Order: sequence, then structure tokens, then C-alpha cells
Amino acid sequence: MRLVARKTRVSTGASVPVLIGIAAVCVFLVIGSLRSDIFAQQTVAGLSQGAVFASLALALVLIYRATEVINFAQGEMAMLTTYIAYQLTIWGVTYWVAFPLTLLISFALGIFIYGVFIRPVQHRSVIALVIITVGLFILIDGLVTWKWGADLKFMQAPFGNQVYHAGGVAFARQDIGVLAVTIVSVVLLWGLFQFTKLGLAMRAAALRPAAAALVGVRVDWMLAVGWGLAAVLGAVAGLMTEPTQFLQPTMMQAVLLYSFAAAVLGGLESPAGSVVGGLALGVFLNLVGQYVGWATSELRLPIAFVVLLIVLLLKPNGLFGRKQVRRV
Amino acid sequence: MTRGLAVRMLIVAVVAVAVSLLPFGLSGYHQGLAARVAIYFIAIMGLNILVGYTGQISIGHGAFMAIGGYTTAIMSYYHHTNLLLTLPLSFAVSFVCGLAIGIPALRLSGVYLALVTFALAVSIPQLPLKWSKWTGGSNGLRTHTTPSNTWVYGVAWGCAALLFVGAWLLLRGRIGRAFRSIRDSEVAAASSGVSLPVYKTFAFGVSAAYAGVAGSLFVLITNGFAQPNEFGVTLSLQILIGAAVAGLGSLWGTIAGAVFIGLLPQISSSFPVLGSNHGQDVVFGLIVILVMLALPNGIAGLLWTIDSRFKSAIKSPPRAS
Repeated sequence: MRLVARKTRVSTGASVPVLIGIAAVCVFLVIGSLRSDIFAQQTVAGLSQGAVFASLALALVLIYRATEVINFAQGEMAMLTTYIAYQLTIWGVTYWVAFPLTLLISFALGIFIYGVFIRPVQHRSVIALVIITVGLFILIDGLVTWKWGADLKFMQAPFGNQVYHAGGVAFARQDIGVLAVTIVSVVLLWGLFQFTKLGLAMRAAALRPAAAALVGVRVDWMLAVGWGLAAVLGAVAGLMTEPTQFLQPTMMQAVLLYSFAAAVLGGLESPAGSVVGGLALGVFLNLVGQYVGWATSELRLPIAFVVLLIVLLLKPNGLFGRKQVRRV
Repeated sequence: MTRGLAVRMLIVAVVAVAVSLLPFGLSGYHQGLAARVAIYFIAIMGLNILVGYTGQISIGHGAFMAIGGYTTAIMSYYHHTNLLLTLPLSFAVSFVCGLAIGIPALRLSGVYLALVTFALAVSIPQLPLKWSKWTGGSNGLRTHTTPSNTWVYGVAWGCAALLFVGAWLLLRGRIGRAFRSIRDSEVAAASSGVSLPVYKTFAFGVSAAYAGVAGSLFVLITNGFAQPNEFGVTLSLQILIGAAVAGLGSLWGTIAGAVFIGLLPQISSSFPVLGSNHGQDVVFGLIVILVMLALPNGIAGLLWTIDSRFKSAIKSPPRAS
């Protein structure tokens, strides 16, 4: 294991100007937060929402790197697993026991979906794959509405409703909790990929499937595990969305769009980029909502759309992506 | 070839006669359903021109339907425009909007285009909420006059026939060949002198214009109400599913896709197990996944396979594609 760690260099793929830009933004946020209480409050709330976008975006990136599929059903899978957690709490399991149980179930769900729906069509056209995930989207939507109904459901608040005060700034304990849980899960995942043999095999299977198979990596299983891990991250995103959006079948649709924008902002191939992209988008949306008069809450989704479009037009490889040369 | 054409003409004639006779035997409710089939037919046809013939994916055609629908509602509500006149107007407005999306889409392909159009489908229904002073917000906007179901039925099938002929003429000639060459290989198309920017943007425009007309009719069949909820993501997904089930790249298969998504809600609501109208999404999802797994070319592909098996069984020379 140590051998593996020694050989791998931590590389985000970001160029120097991009890193300087990110540092400048961080400095701007810190100065702003020190000067204005409202600014600080919005930044923390934005980071907490951004962390949720980041974990779903990371799930999308994992799957995209492993199987070159954009999983349009990622948000709905997260929604389904959140309902499973809800069902567990209804049966009397306490929230923090239901949480890991849900993650296990979603891991199995991810593997199942890969094996049954994606693997058979994996080598077909992009359009076919997109349509399959769209079909999954609508299928999961239908199943959840059929089983649990379309009305709002409420779970116990995982972090309570306390508010901390630091100076004149009020931090909701919930925001801090959401931020902490998502950061811990992202770091654990990064560790898995960077420092374990399983992670190495998964990276090999994603990067060079044929070569990996030759040295004894079971590529199909590795890709399936990748889908499972993505589903786990999605479940974290779903459970962390629930405290603010409550349970309803449409709860993850907006989050999915923000995560798309975050993933593209990060370059769609870069895990680190998707996390930075998610946090940046969360803070950006909150600050724009606070300080730009006409940008009311109805415009959050269109603004995310515009961000997505501008990134793709001006910097198609995102902040952290590498330029790709396509061979004909 | 000529025999195939004759058979197709016969099918068209039979369908035309059936469609024009149907209103006499149908209740108002069933006329509404049949009108919806025509509306989905138009929308799927438009999407098929883009996805099936030009190889550009769009998950956002509900957005263009919303643009068309709101064009009709706004013109009728504020200017009391004749409803029939609003249809060519929404065709034009959606065409322009389609070009406007088609131009940035030139730089995108594959999954990136899918992402952008999905984002479009999610964000467009937010705009009427933002400018609710003019659009009525979530309550929606109602046309000045409310047409009867029979009226919508006639107009919808009339438009469907007109647009079908238009699409057929468009796709059989020079432009259709250019579209298909782009779908099969952009590089090869460009090296043969097909201008990628012109044809790809044009395909987007035409496709959006078809969706716009469908959106206008969609507003008319829902008692003249244009509401943001009606044009949500699900509508976009349903149209894409309809196109996939029908068979991408088959104009004739479109009708099967339209019948599928137009009538499935009716059938699935009387399903014994699933019950209620939530069952429809389960059935939609299952069927489209099964179709993609088992019949890559949809119902049209299935019919084509059966047809060619049948022909080879009676020892006629194999048909060239």
C-alpha cells in the first residue's frame, strides 16, 4: 500500500493561473466575511449548499470517468435512497443508524443499476446511453411517487435547529453539519482511490480497461464498484439535501442541474475540480441572490444554466480539465 | 422502391380517412386524447429531425414547447390574436429561439449537448415565475377564447399532416442527405463540403419550430391555459422517450411513439397493479429501457426487421439499405 502511495503524485490538473484565481477568490471571500456579517453568513450557507452540489457532482464525475456516461438518473437515485432512509426511520431506526444502512443499500443499488441497465449498452452510442439513464430517471420517479406519494414528507432534523453565534454572525448548526458530512465523505473517497489497492485497480479499470484486464484487474467489477460508490455519494447528497428541501420526488432535480454545472465547471473529468466547482457555485449563487436585486430565487436555475453554457463556450475543459485531442 | 412508396401512400390515405372520420364517433374527451396524440406526433417529429437525422441530442424540447405555448397564450390574451394565426407565429418564434440555442450548440457535442439542453429544460419553466406580472406566474395565462376539443382535434391533425409533408420533403432531398451525413460522421460530412454550422443550426431551428407548434396546440388542448408546471422536465423526457420508442431516424415510426406517449396514461391508469396515474411513469421508464436494451432502433426498426425477414423468406433479393 505504501508503494502505491509513493508512486502517485497528487495532481489536480489545474494550471497556475487557475490556482491563482481560486486563491484570489478565497482571499476575497475571507475579506468580505470579515467586513460584513451578512456576507459571512451567506458564504457559509453557500459553502454548505455547495458541498451538496459537490458530492453529487463528484458522483457524476466518478461515473463519467469510469464508464463515459452522464448519469441523468443520479439525482433520482439519490432521491430514492433518501426515501429509503425515511422508510427506515419510520420503522423505528434512529437517524444516525439509518444513515450508514442507507449508504450500504445505495451501494448495492448502484451496482445493480450498472449491471442490469448500463453494462449491456455500454458500447453503444452516447444517445442510447443518455436515453437509458433518462428512462431510469422517469422509472425511479414513478416508483417513488407510486410507493410514497408526491406530497411533502419530513424526517427528523439530523443536526438539530441550533444556531451558533460568532460575533454578529449566526451560523446554523445544520449548515456546519452538512458541510462536515460531505467533506468527510469526499475525503474518505479520495483516500480510497489514492491509497488502497482497490482504488488503484478502479483507476486502472477506468483509464486503460484493456491493459488493466491483462494485469488481472476485473474491469467489470471495478466499474460496478465505481457505480456503487457514486450511488453512495449521491445518497449522502440526498440525505444532506433533505433538511432544507424536505422529502418530495422532485427534490433532487434542481440539485442535479447545479451539480451538472459544478461538474462542468471543474472539467467533468476532474474529481478535485468538481468539488471546487460545487463549492464555488454554491457560494456564487448565494452571494448573487443576496447582492444582485433582480436575481430572485426563481432565477437560480436559469443562472446555473448560464454558468454552464458560459463555461462550456469559453473554457470547454473547465477549470481543472486537460485539453483533449480527438483522433478521427 | 415504387412498391414501397405505393404501400406508404396507401397507409397515409387510410390514416387520413380514419383521422377525418374519427371525430364523428368520439366523445369530446376522446377527441382531446386523439388531439394529444397529434401534438406529441408533431413534437416527436421535430425531435427526430434533430436527434434521429442529424445526430444532435436534445433533452430540452419541452423548453421550446413552452416558448411556443407562451407565444400563443400571450398573443391571444393581450392582443386577442386569432388562435390559428398564433400557430405560424410560434413556429417562427421557436425557430429563432432554436437557432439561438443551435449556435452555441455548435461547439458542443455528445454528453455536453445533452447537459446543456437538459439545463435548458429545467430552467425555462422558471422564467414565467420570475416575470409573473405578464405571464400569470404559477397560475398560468389563459387564451382570450377557449376552443372546443373538436376544433383543436381538427387543427392539430391538420398541422400534423402539413408538418409531416414538410419534414418528408425536407429530409428526402439535399438537406436531409446533409443531415444524415452529419449524423454518420461530422468529419466525413465536412470533407464532402457539407457546411456543419449552417446545417446543424438549421436542424436545431426546424426542430425547435416543430416543438413550438406542438407547444401552442398543447396550450389549446389544456383549455387554453399556459402553465409553467405543464412544461416541466417530464414533458421533455417524455418526448425523448417517444422518439426512442418510435425509432430514431424514422419519420414513419414517429406515429407509434406519439400513440405510445399519448395513450399510455389512459391505459396505465386502468392497470390493476399500479393503479392511479403514477403508474404511467413506471411503465414509461420500463418500456423505454426495455426498448433500448432489446430494440435499438425502436418499433420502426422492429417492423423493418420483420419486413426484411419476411422478404428473404419468400426468396426475393435482400433490400439494400
